[in-house]
Amino acid sequence: MDKNIVVETKDLTKKYNGTTVVDQLNLHIYENEIFGILGPNGAGKTTTILMLLGLTEPTAGTATVAGHNPTREPLQVKRIVGYMPEKVGFYDSLTPRENLKFIAELNNIPYHTIDAKIDEILKAVGLSKQADQRVGTFSRGMKQRLGIADALIKEPKVVILDEPTAGLDPEGINQILDLIASLPKRGTTVALSSHQLYQVQRVCHSIAIFSRGKVVVAGSLDDLGRKALAEGHYRIEVEVAQASPGLADILAKVKGVSKVETKDNLLIVSADSDLRAELARTVVHANVPLVQMKIQEFSLDAIYMKYFQEKG
Amino acid sequence: MVTIIRKELADYFTSIRCFILFLLVFLVGAAGLYAAWQGIRSNPGDSSFVFLRLFTSEGTAIPALISLLALIVPIIGITLGFDAINSERTGGTLSRLLAQPIYRDSVINGKFLAGMVTLAIMVASVVGIVGGYGLRMIGVPPTAEEIIRLFLYVVFTIIYGAFWMAIAVLFSVVFRRVATSLMSSVAVWLFFGFFYTLMIVPAVAKSVDLMILLRRFSPNTLFEEATTVLLLPQWRGSGLFAVGEGDISFMLPNALSLGQSILVVWPQLVSLIALSIICFAISYILFMRQEVRST
Repeated sequence: MDKNIVVETKDLTKKYNGTTVVDQLNLHIYENEIFGILGPNGAGKTTTILMLLGLTEPTAGTATVAGHNPTREPLQVKRIVGYMPEKVGFYDSLTPRENLKFIAELNNIPYHTIDAKIDEILKAVGLSKQADQRVGTFSRGMKQRLGIADALIKEPKVVILDEPTAGLDPEGINQILDLIASLPKRGTTVALSSHQLYQVQRVCHSIAIFSRGKVVVAGSLDDLGRKALAEGHYRIEVEVAQASPGLADILAKVKGVSKVETKDNLLIVSADSDLRAELARTVVHANVPLVQMKIQEFSLDAIYMKYFQEKG
Repeated sequence: MVTIIRKELADYFTSIRCFILFLLVFLVGAAGLYAAWQGIRSNPGDSSFVFLRLFTSEGTAIPALISLLALIVPIIGITLGFDAINSERTGGTLSRLLAQPIYRDSVINGKFLAGMVTLAIMVASVVGIVGGYGLRMIGVPPTAEEIIRLFLYVVFTIIYGAFWMAIAVLFSVVFRRVATSLMSSVAVWLFFGFFYTLMIVPAVAKSVDLMILLRRFSPNTLFEEATTVLLLPQWRGSGLFAVGEGDISFMLPNALSLGQSILVVWPQLVSLIALSIICFAISYILFMRQEVRST
């Protein structure tokens, strides 16, 4: 993966009537990655997005999107950034095709290519059958899909999706996530904000967790998990058929193991590398029947909860 | 911006709202025509400006076309403008629209211009239709002067409608709810149309001069005076000529020439244009400064 920075913020700050909504934010989004913006409601996610688009002016600090400053050169930024707002709306009396055509025309897409492009994008989001139905008759989920189509019609370099899967059925979510996951291959960088941790974990390469206008933690998912949950260690769960009192001490002596905790039949081993093979041999040597062993995967849920528990 | 104007126009012309407005306008045209038919027949009068009398003659029960139009043009203006911005906001389309590579002002300019075009089509078509049928009815073709006067009347009417549209657009920028902005626009219209000229001014003003002065703060009065002067060259009514203590009976019952009429209505024209521009400028500035908020 390329490591060019596409979106960067430096001490980005936004205050509304004295309340700081976004507080000295420093973010880096690299080219062709999917970046997840997480955080509880009111953490400043949407405000940050609006500042990246130049729709809201920052109180202090700067943002840079593909080399342009959204406050000073909003048109250049808007030309290459696709945006889907949280509460996406369309002109109800028009069909999806007409809605997209309007946006395509505003983006100066060559007239003769518009129809083909609309067909293609509607197919990608699964709305081909409803292309000529009025948007007023659409369900929330269908509008959500159309919103993604709308953000992608200009073939943006960066696409910012605010809660793209809200209101979708499970099948729709899968479809949309697959579509999002395929975007980096087409040369589009994705920033998506969401509460749906599982979905973020599925598609995002990197995340940033927001809280009260600040980034609490940012980085790639694997790094974060290790950092957050095991203080940089691997956690290996060893399950045995019956509790064996001496086993913990034996395992603690294995090279690289720093700590062993026992919970009935379960031993949780902290180590500084993946020692599963080593541990298995030791357990079997100690004549204890080994049932299963697994390395703890870092679920985003756990990371998220951990950070917000610490905050209190 | 052309794209936005085209889209807004397409919206207007496919909307039920616009269909109803056209229906209303044509109904008014028909009523005015009927009034003129009754009025001209019962009072043939002298032969000057017969064609204009199509627009100014009252029937036995129906007011003249210019009074009817003066009544509904504000309604058309308000209807075209009251939800211009806030419907986009509540519909969630505004942030999407502003995220496109267009200048922000082209949104509000495009909407206003599209409304102006719609308004112009309505006014011009009703005047055209009444003129056409009237020609058949009375059989007297209009003179060049009458055509110019009618044209000026159409221009005035469009500007007057644009003023009310600017008021409505202003409220649509200020208020987030469509119902609030509609009610506010209607309230302003009622205030100037009825309370101000019919109740407040007569109650406050001690002299005729003061009354005329106060009345002219109302855009309705400005429009009424201007159109009357344009379409009724012989008219020697209130205000305009009675300024000072001049006695009306000394005046010759001659019609004013076209140049003189224009001279007389010039202040009204400038005031109406200025009012429209001020209203639009305020909504423009407010819209440009309004931030897109996350909530």
